[in-house]
Amino acid sequence: MARIGGGGLAGILASAQAPAYAQGTTIHWLRWNDFVPASDQLLRREIAQECQRALGIRLNVETVNANDIQARVTSAVQSGSGPDIFNVLNNWPQLYAQSAADVSDIAEEVAAAQGGFYEVAKAVAHDGRRWLAVPFSIVGNTFAYRKSWFEEVGYAEFPRTWEQFRDAGQKLKAKGRPLGQTLGQTFGDAPTFTYPLMWSFGGKEVEADGRTVVLNSPETVESVRFMTRLWRDACDEGGLAWDDSNNNRAFLSGTISATLNGASIYIESMRRPQSYLTDRGTPMKDDIRHGVMPAGPAGSFHFHLPFSNMMPAYSRNQDATRRFLRWIHSKDVFERWFVTQRGFSVGATTVWEQHPIWNEDPVMLPYRNAARVGRVPGYAGTSNAKAAEIVTKYVITNMYARAVQGIAPEQAVREAHAEVARIYAG
Amino acid sequence: MSSATTEAGVGGIRRSRRRMLFEDERWLAMALLSPTILLLGLFIAYPFVTGVMLSLSNARVGVPGEFVGFANFARLWNDPIFAKAVGNTFIYTAVTTVFKLALGLWLAVLLNRHFRGKALVRAFILLPFIIPTVLSTFAWKWMFDPTFSVLNWTFRTLGLIDTRINWLGDPDLAMLSVMIVNIWRGVPFYAISLLAGLQTISPDLHEAAAIDGARPWSRFWHITWPLLLPVTMVVVLFSVIQTFADFQLVYVLTAGGPANATHLFATYAYQVAIGTGLLSEGAAISLAMFPVLFLVVIIQLLYIRRVETR
Repeated sequence: MARIGGGGLAGILASAQAPAYAQGTTIHWLRWNDFVPASDQLLRREIAQECQRALGIRLNVETVNANDIQARVTSAVQSGSGPDIFNVLNNWPQLYAQSAADVSDIAEEVAAAQGGFYEVAKAVAHDGRRWLAVPFSIVGNTFAYRKSWFEEVGYAEFPRTWEQFRDAGQKLKAKGRPLGQTLGQTFGDAPTFTYPLMWSFGGKEVEADGRTVVLNSPETVESVRFMTRLWRDACDEGGLAWDDSNNNRAFLSGTISATLNGASIYIESMRRPQSYLTDRGTPMKDDIRHGVMPAGPAGSFHFHLPFSNMMPAYSRNQDATRRFLRWIHSKDVFERWFVTQRGFSVGATTVWEQHPIWNEDPVMLPYRNAARVGRVPGYAGTSNAKAAEIVTKYVITNMYARAVQGIAPEQAVREAHAEVARIYAG
Repeated sequence: MSSATTEAGVGGIRRSRRRMLFEDERWLAMALLSPTILLLGLFIAYPFVTGVMLSLSNARVGVPGEFVGFANFARLWNDPIFAKAVGNTFIYTAVTTVFKLALGLWLAVLLNRHFRGKALVRAFILLPFIIPTVLSTFAWKWMFDPTFSVLNWTFRTLGLIDTRINWLGDPDLAMLSVMIVNIWRGVPFYAISLLAGLQTISPDLHEAAAIDGARPWSRFWHITWPLLLPVTMVVVLFSVIQTFADFQLVYVLTAGGPANATHLFATYAYQVAIGTGLLSEGAAISLAMFPVLFLVVIIQLLYIRRVETR
């Protein structure tokens, strides 16, 4: 890291000015379009201004559709120019390991100061030798559901098992209130549903050795068979074409009764309580609750969506970018962003479980410790580049989608197994 | 004196050489062609050769890779999604080309007649072609929306359907949907191009045939169609190439889904190369299009030549 002018930090503080070398430096940070728009506004306005004051760095926050981030990473890496930081999702850092700058020093500092990273955050951003990215946040995924509608069909609590879930969904669909689940080719809500479903029946992609592909197992086939029943009996058929935003719109319009999602549905219903009403004319926010993944024969699992800040090796602003990463990940600055998320994202470190925000609204409580119980793709092996390739090719999601479209579960699993084996052999 | 003579002599030789260069057609042709050759080399040949090199390597994003021969193509041979994309591309191109040609020709014949507001109608006809594809496809995406489709709402209101049509969720309907949008967007190109062709046909021929008692269909089949054929072939040639390599329409509407059901060459190449970062495999998928397109171009150009020399 470059030396900060004469007098070090004390000198900077005394002069109340950013160090001279950083004046005029611009950091380009590419992120997804946040499902909580207030957070993007905070970054663009207040955080950008504070960044200029505190570091002398001009912050350019660019937001794009999450499904387009990978295209931006590829073109930037290949051309050797582009954003200085990519806020990437899932286990994508593993795909770009060769192009990511080593940020171990920053990640270790953040972990030491904030109670350590969750296992899922480390699994996607660390390749076993170094940190490829600094874990930033984790979007918890639970089911948003309509409390009164579930009560009407005999479920005062959210179903605890998949069979109960299907039973409730069947009764709700009969009343024109199906469950809503995407099986489309999209980054978030599809894999965060399909992977845990597979795990809960005992299915997995590979053994712990990370080489032996075992997707084609009776457990996986059983999970696919269950999915076809669930789809036919309880789900909105339109879900095959949904992206990550369709279920939000469907839920808020009263079309579906439950959907696996981050807390963005609930947060949006609170933001505009007069716009989203129940059929009785009351604010929908009062009728929304969150439920954890139902359990299968092997238990209940979650796949929460981790986000990490990856600095590409090509960046010409590496010193300034490192300073910015330290600053944005520091407790005081991160807290500003964390509060605007209102629980939609939890921190990547455990210290944020203690934040007072969790005392404000009991409906958000299922998200508080959510990241502790997550698994990541590639289980039972590591979440490496092969596992990331399987995610970005939607192999597991399409296995379920193909079965609900009508091909035999055994064939859907066989085809997916062949694809996974091809990827692990490559 | 003698040095001045020498200088004048050297200058004269230079001028005559320059004149010779410009008077020599070979050199002049080369000089005039060089900017075009440079541009083609830079923007066509270089990317093409780079694509070929990539397809023969195991390059990934950020990793240059090594030469692996035809390993990527061998992988594709056993890839069921690639096989699906190949089938989809052929069906997509064939079906949409037939409909675009038929509807475009029909529109062109109608627009070739005289009626009030002709200029306005012609301008409106071009709208689908003028609006940026991504923008108009987003509008179609809303119309096919699984939950809020205006088409479903209209059909239900008219009493034509009881349940929703799952436009983009059903594999066959999703393919049909992308074809509908492609046809909607492509018809104006055919209509306007063929209209231009129709206007080069002398009305005297039609009048003479009419006087001889030829009916409208006979006049179309024996006069209009043969004279329009060269233009039609060129239009079809351009259209087939564009449709075969179509990307943005499918990407916006379905992203290749559901479950890879609507992938074309270009969208699958994009997903593999840009989405997943497997540049070499993506390049191989893209290059797999080349022989087919090359064959199409050769056949059609030969046919056009035959028609023109008839």
